[in-house]
Amino acid sequence: MRDPLSKTIKTIEPSGIRKFFDLVSEMDDAISLGVGEPDFDTPWHIRDEGIYSLEKGRTFYTSNAGLKDLKIEIAKYLDRRFDLHYDYNKEIFVTVGGSEAIDLTMRAMLDPGDEVLIPQPSYVSYVPCCVLANGTPVIIELKAENEFRLTAEELEAAITPKTKLLVMPFPNNPTGAVMERADLEAVAEVVKKHDLYVLSDEIYCELTYLENHVSIASLPGMKERTIVVNGFSKSHAMTGWRLGYACGPAPILKQMLKIHQFAIMCAPTTSQYAAIEALRNGDEDVAMMREQYDARRRYLMQRFKEMGLDCFEPFGAFYVFPCIKEFGMTSDEFANRLLQTKKVAVVPGTAFGRSGEGFLRISYAYSLEDLKVALERVEEFITELRAEKEAK
Amino acid sequence: MREKILTFIEKNSRIDLKDLALMLGVDEASVMNELEAMEQEGIICGYHTLINWDKAGVEKVTALIEVRVTPQRGMGFDKVAERIYNYPEVNSVYLISGGFDLMVTLEGRTLREISQFVSDKLSALDQVLSTKTNFILKKYKDHGTIMAPKAKDERIMMA
Repeated sequence: MRDPLSKTIKTIEPSGIRKFFDLVSEMDDAISLGVGEPDFDTPWHIRDEGIYSLEKGRTFYTSNAGLKDLKIEIAKYLDRRFDLHYDYNKEIFVTVGGSEAIDLTMRAMLDPGDEVLIPQPSYVSYVPCCVLANGTPVIIELKAENEFRLTAEELEAAITPKTKLLVMPFPNNPTGAVMERADLEAVAEVVKKHDLYVLSDEIYCELTYLENHVSIASLPGMKERTIVVNGFSKSHAMTGWRLGYACGPAPILKQMLKIHQFAIMCAPTTSQYAAIEALRNGDEDVAMMREQYDARRRYLMQRFKEMGLDCFEPFGAFYVFPCIKEFGMTSDEFANRLLQTKKVAVVPGTAFGRSGEGFLRISYAYSLEDLKVALERVEEFITELRAEKEAK
Repeated sequence: MREKILTFIEKNSRIDLKDLALMLGVDEASVMNELEAMEQEGIICGYHTLINWDKAGVEKVTALIEVRVTPQRGMGFDKVAERIYNYPEVNSVYLISGGFDLMVTLEGRTLREISQFVSDKLSALDQVLSTKTNFILKKYKDHGTIMAPKAKDERIMMA
């Protein structure tokens, strides 16, 4: 028989997070600090609106771009929260999660040979989406000493005549890094100088703990060269509803919408009705969850300090990214031994790119009680490792 | 800081002081001081335990009693409320707006115990015009806590 598979798909590695999850799921009493989604249920009034839409029989397709009311609410929300001004009619459309919007952006913008700059550590889908869109991923390895922010120098050094698109994954999964206004301004200058486009994945925009998130698209001259990807998964604890959106220049969105139309038709109707409620009456929920995450974040940082574990203070998302280089093990070894001996699951930093080596992603989308028990075990573990090292 | 402390301990009064301090980003002593001050000032009125007595296998009957009363000159409802709330079997007394005046919650071991209290004590008060006793059949949610068992964490490591 002939090989049924495309050459491209065979070059793509399965996600390193999933690989680790398979190990964890074989163990029934493990405590996990591994998940990348909120521990909160979707606020009830939002769920209720979804149920109501079903009761009313709103079970049909929506238009390809999504419900008009939802697009209007998204435009209002981006304006009030992030000073972003989009025409709901031409510059916004609703997708199946932020993930789809990432895929569509790459597919609508790339030709074979176009280079896409992808800062790492970062979410696992940028590289595969780029490859599937025939682009060439070029990795920028972010550094702990810069608190995993992208600097203008790092960007400048990675640009070639083939560079077309820069992915901006901030607030960042897995490091928790944020880019402040001044950081973004420096990057924006380089982007404009080299006539690049930006895919700004702002799915964690509501989860920042230093100051309000700044969108690179809100900087002068950037809106016309930026696709903003966002969604409801992290901000409103709506991962399972699969609802996101893309905003950007109309000519690009028009082509993205074409792919969406043929591949997806439209985002789930129930979720769209629920999301209208989320944006109209959900600001308080978002603030409450942010406050909870922030309290846990401070708790983790303090505990790491007590343990003497090296970790820069992250101001975004719901992850901390401690450094484990002192133990002389790879991230994979460390995570595996921690799981085997203490039954605590964390994700090795290398699941998010080579530059994650020597780090772990620890999620604080868990209750304080869980975090507390897990951290006690982590503390035992590193105490034992240090004693081992001492004995040698 | 007070409001933050209160928000945390309202949900979990047994929270470890050290954990609370770490989460608020302050030292333990200042949390302790605030707590003591708020106890002194009567902002924190007690630390109770929410118990699902059904599960404990202990018979308990709770009633919500709507009471209409005649307010007294110069003291409004306070005097009669006091006469009612001083009974230890009375759990709470609220002055409310609407069709009646006081909402009294009462806990007893049996229906009889409650009806006896209503007929012998509550209705016997001069100022009480009428009572309407509603027995609680099932508690779904109490003090912001849903009584059903918590769902298992079904999230998987994916994103």
